Amino acid sequence: MATANLSTDLCGIKMSNPTVLPSGFLGTSKSLLERVAESGVGAATIKSVSFEAREGHKNPTVIPFEGGMLNAVGYSNPGAEETAREFSNLNEVSIPVIASIIGTEPDDFVRVVDKLSGNEFSAIELPLSCPHTPGFGLLAGQGTPESTGKIVAAVRNASKLPIFVKLSPNIPEIGNLAKAAENAGADAITAVNTLGPGMIINIEARKPVLSYKVGGVSGQALRPVATRCVYDIYESVKIPIIGTGGVSTGRHAIEMIMAGATAIGVGTGIYERGIDVFSKICLEMEKWMSENSYNSIHEMIGIAHE
Amino acid sequence: MNEFSSFDQPVMMKIDKIIDESNGTKSFMFRHKLDYKPGQFVMVWLPGVDEKPLAVSYLSDDFFGITVLERGKFTKLLHTMVPGDQLGIRGPFGHGYSFPDNIKNGKGSVCVIGGGCGMASVTVLIERLQENNPTILMGASTSTSLFFKNRYKDITLFTDDGSEGIKGYPTDVLEELHNKNGYDIIYTCGPEIMMSKVFDFCKKHDIQFEASLERYMKCGIGVCGQCVCDGQMVCKDGPVFNLQALSNMNDFGKYSLLKSGKRVSLSEYADWRSC
Repeated sequence: MATANLSTDLCGIKMSNPTVLPSGFLGTSKSLLERVAESGVGAATIKSVSFEAREGHKNPTVIPFEGGMLNAVGYSNPGAEETAREFSNLNEVSIPVIASIIGTEPDDFVRVVDKLSGNEFSAIELPLSCPHTPGFGLLAGQGTPESTGKIVAAVRNASKLPIFVKLSPNIPEIGNLAKAAENAGADAITAVNTLGPGMIINIEARKPVLSYKVGGVSGQALRPVATRCVYDIYESVKIPIIGTGGVSTGRHAIEMIMAGATAIGVGTGIYERGIDVFSKICLEMEKWMSENSYNSIHEMIGIAHE
Repeated sequence: MNEFSSFDQPVMMKIDKIIDESNGTKSFMFRHKLDYKPGQFVMVWLPGVDEKPLAVSYLSDDFFGITVLERGKFTKLLHTMVPGDQLGIRGPFGHGYSFPDNIKNGKGSVCVIGGGCGMASVTVLIERLQENNPTILMGASTSTSLFFKNRYKDITLFTDDGSEGIKGYPTDVLEELHNKNGYDIIYTCGPEIMMSKVFDFCKKHDIQFEASLERYMKCGIGVCGQCVCDGQMVCKDGPVFNLQALSNMNDFGKYSLLKSGKRVSLSEYADWRSC
């Protein structure tokens, strides 16, 4: 039997397989992007960048638990100018690279977009959904159709690159929010950001473990919620979806694709299975697809809706 | 007591004993079995304050200890603690030192170099290498910064200002010692500038080499990318790297990332770390 074809096309971005490194995982340097490319990822997102440098929250910022991970890193990043320098000559990296851009007001996003305009990014991602950093995402009210629409429209005006909008699983009518992003000019939806925030308390210390006390939930605890979000969004919009949340095996990835995803984010899976989780997922997908007579990713997208 | 010997989440442990090692350096001992290999690190949590990676400097079947120089806010608070107080420990994490076949069973000639606080990272290693009767070199800025100097019977001390031991750096005498002892491997932990000189020496003389790197860490489990050094995650792939790995790491001896992720020279990084 012929090997299944894992290649996928995301808004014209050709990917050898559907796995994507989400923002906040390993995307701090060009050297790490090369490392994840060697580990078999299809595309990678850099760590979210704001105009000014940010130190983020104090440690502990990331803590694993039975159902995944809780994190409140707090958007530490070296700022737009340093990021533009770090990620210069991106054609040396063998995979498409997505710039994750954050800001408080629409103009903040545009200023970062302008700074990065000389870099060879394949797309821009706007995470309007972080649950644990004051001034950004949910804590800045960016998760409403109005606010999302304004930010996407401003960035649409400033760049010709495909725009991905990353949504929060907390939003009850997530399909409506995805629709607002699509109407404002978004080219894809990344679903979803971390859930929550959540809290883990060390009962001997009688204190929350994360220094910021609360953080976003990722991993297995998030996966069924993420799959449902992708399913809902698929019914509401025509643009492709990057299904993200708890995917760490080929079966999880196929489940997400059947819910409607064109590509698959894999983050917490790196902790669960190592940095080569991407090639492991691809092998597992190929095997399952061959056994079940699927030749390509595109044959499976959204088939759980039929 | 917890039945496990390594932890994903911080486990609160009572400080059993505190040892004054030198001016500004204390060791904190815990009555607890830790599944630890020399060169690994633990994350030490002061609830509500911060969490930092530290090497284990004392290890036996039923206790372990960490050694801390009083420097910033976190270590100052740590130094106010008394036996009975609790600290959160998670780990151990990372890859430690390796023991190549040619130095097993007491065969082979070994040298261990500790510089400043880096000495805390090589003590468990030295004890593991007792059969090899390793050459132990320790450098510090000044006499009062030397610690563990009485822990080993054969140790050669160096101070930058000559206030104790030989004036200068351990690297000054490497050539002479290697001519005499013909080292098969040199292990080191200390200021990266020093480790980088030892690396150059080992490369030139075709000696095996392992060094423990220090980078600002966040997650400690290889997912956040904060401690990256040329595609390697110091927390997960390291903190110990060998000569071959370091040969491919251009940032080694040159650059490190600040808390924001900004890449700066090692001297700018050291200035930030010391405040």
